[in-house]
Amino acid sequence: MLTIKNLHAEVEGKKILKGINLEIPKGEIHAIMGPNGSGKSSLASVLAGRDNYTVTEGEVWFNGKNLLEMSPEDRAREGVFLAFQYPVEIPGVSNINFLKTAVNEVRTYKGLPPLEAKEFLKLTKEKQQLVDFNTNLMNRSLNEGFSGGEKKRNEIFQLAMLNPSLAILDETDSGLDIDALRIVSNGVNKLRDAEKSFVVITHYQRLLEYIVPDFVHVLYNGRIIKTGTKELALELEEKGYDWLKEAEHQKESV
Amino acid sequence: MTSDTIMIPFYQALTEDVNALTAPQDSLQELRRSALERFSATGLPTLKTEAWRFTNIQRFLKEYPYELTSTPATTTADVANEANIPGLDAYRIVLVNGHLQADLSSIPEGKGIRIGAMSASTDAPGFAKWFNQHTQVNGEPLANLNTALFADGLFIELQANVSIDKPIHLIHVYTSDRHAFVQPRHLWVLQKGATATVIESTVHPKQEAVAFSNCVTEVVVADNAELWHYNVQQGAENFRQVNTTAAQQERDSRYHHFNITLPNTPFTRNNLSVVLHGSNTETNLKGIYLATGNQHVDNYTFMNHLVPNCNSNEHYKGVLLENANAVFTGRIHVHQEAQKTNAFQQNNNILMGDKATINSQPQLEIYADDVKCSHGFTAGQFSEDALFYLRARAIGEEAAKALLVNAFTHDVTDEIAVPALQEYIQGQIEAIMNN
Repeated sequence: MLTIKNLHAEVEGKKILKGINLEIPKGEIHAIMGPNGSGKSSLASVLAGRDNYTVTEGEVWFNGKNLLEMSPEDRAREGVFLAFQYPVEIPGVSNINFLKTAVNEVRTYKGLPPLEAKEFLKLTKEKQQLVDFNTNLMNRSLNEGFSGGEKKRNEIFQLAMLNPSLAILDETDSGLDIDALRIVSNGVNKLRDAEKSFVVITHYQRLLEYIVPDFVHVLYNGRIIKTGTKELALELEEKGYDWLKEAEHQKESV
Repeated sequence: MTSDTIMIPFYQALTEDVNALTAPQDSLQELRRSALERFSATGLPTLKTEAWRFTNIQRFLKEYPYELTSTPATTTADVANEANIPGLDAYRIVLVNGHLQADLSSIPEGKGIRIGAMSASTDAPGFAKWFNQHTQVNGEPLANLNTALFADGLFIELQANVSIDKPIHLIHVYTSDRHAFVQPRHLWVLQKGATATVIESTVHPKQEAVAFSNCVTEVVVADNAELWHYNVQQGAENFRQVNTTAAQQERDSRYHHFNITLPNTPFTRNNLSVVLHGSNTETNLKGIYLATGNQHVDNYTFMNHLVPNCNSNEHYKGVLLENANAVFTGRIHVHQEAQKTNAFQQNNNILMGDKATINSQPQLEIYADDVKCSHGFTAGQFSEDALFYLRARAIGEEAAKALLVNAFTHDVTDEIAVPALQEYIQGQIEAIMNN
């Protein structure tokens, strides 16, 4: 589904990603872990098309298409979804109006007619229940005055509404208490299926107790330095990142 | 008068006797003559005139050989229908170049309601008392020109405690075979406790000739009366306008003025002046200007606090695309007697065009010591984060910008108290942004 080959990227002249290789097949969940500043969120931003990042080398293929040549909106229409670490508050844009626009943009792109008001409402209700998203928040301005947990839940709700084939969760667990974490994780687990892939970016093993990954990758200094199964996350929880960093530095100095 | 002004085509006519330009039965000859004298003394504003520093009106007047015109014209239902606002249940009044066209109008009737042509209303008590009484009207050159030479307009007088059950939708149609300088003049008087909503729209039939409107509207809101006044300026390439609105408020009254300027009129100047004669009033001046191409939009506002305990709240929001050029002046004068005044002013702008400009100037003159006054100005771009967030949700760049512009203007549009109009304005903004 997603193939990343030797991806290099920089922001304001600073090299952030230094040769990432990653293959994510259909239906799998991949966790990306790593210390602060290792490039985790940058990878998410580059995949979603944030334009302050410049890709200097490498390729990204998504379902056989060159992802890097697409605008952010086309990536989303093709089925890439980024759940933001910091969802943006937009006063004056109602949540429901925003969602209707987004859903219909995807449908138009796929050659489908826009949803009738009734159908849209039905879909909204269904997905709201699935991810346990409060109806009161629907008519409010997009994320305005939402608590941290509400914002993250809104991201998962949008994920449910847009039904992408690849969802990238960028530190969705940050700032969540244990109850919110459980609700968000339950939402994600309900959305899992054989057609959908997830990239779960996180600092902590905690989230991976709820969203169990098929593979865990460790990102450090703009590169993936280790790949393993979910047990790797436990090992990291126990030992921290230093043993990996040291191994990496030794490799470099050789 | 500078030698420049002589170049303006209809100026020649002005030097002739005012009697020749107005109807012989006109009862306002004296007023007209003195207004013309005041106009002649000042001449047209130049860039040296403080209130016109950023707008060269002479340039716009010289653009075409405008003819002073006062001849009534008529229009068709099809043309007037272009101003329709879906879902708006309102009385409709159609004015063509300022002249009331009765067959296309449904004028509210009833005890204490007098609505009709200005030319047929000079005998009304409200007319005698209030016509041409606003100091700003007597002080503005363009308004003096209007007083001297206006042909007609709409008169409204509501007696005490009369309420009109539906909004009045006032449709201005500007049409002419030749380039025309038209001068509508309106006077709306709400006596004690009366309430009304007036929505103004404009229609410009497709034609080669250009119309330049120099319109003056005088508004009186007496004790405890309330007027909601919306001016929707949806222009056209073949239109130019100077629009002077001069309101007077008596005690406990409420006046809500919304000025929405949309494309494509190349030149718009709005003079909005509110003077408070009675205490405990509320004034809301809300504006949106969304300008494209080479549009020049100048909003000059003047809040005149003469008496204590009044509240005024002014908020203008601008979105400037392409080469659009906007001016905002927010003058607030709090007189020494006007203690406990609350006067707030905000002007926020988004500059989307590389060559778009805004000149914004607050002018606060405060002579009372126990007041709360504030003003603020911003000019900026869209939040890149917000734009990216929307695009990452499959919303195309243009549509995302349309959403963000509507979001930017929402604190003004949210205040529109007529739901059909609110929806219409938001829809228009979205449509303009998507083009």
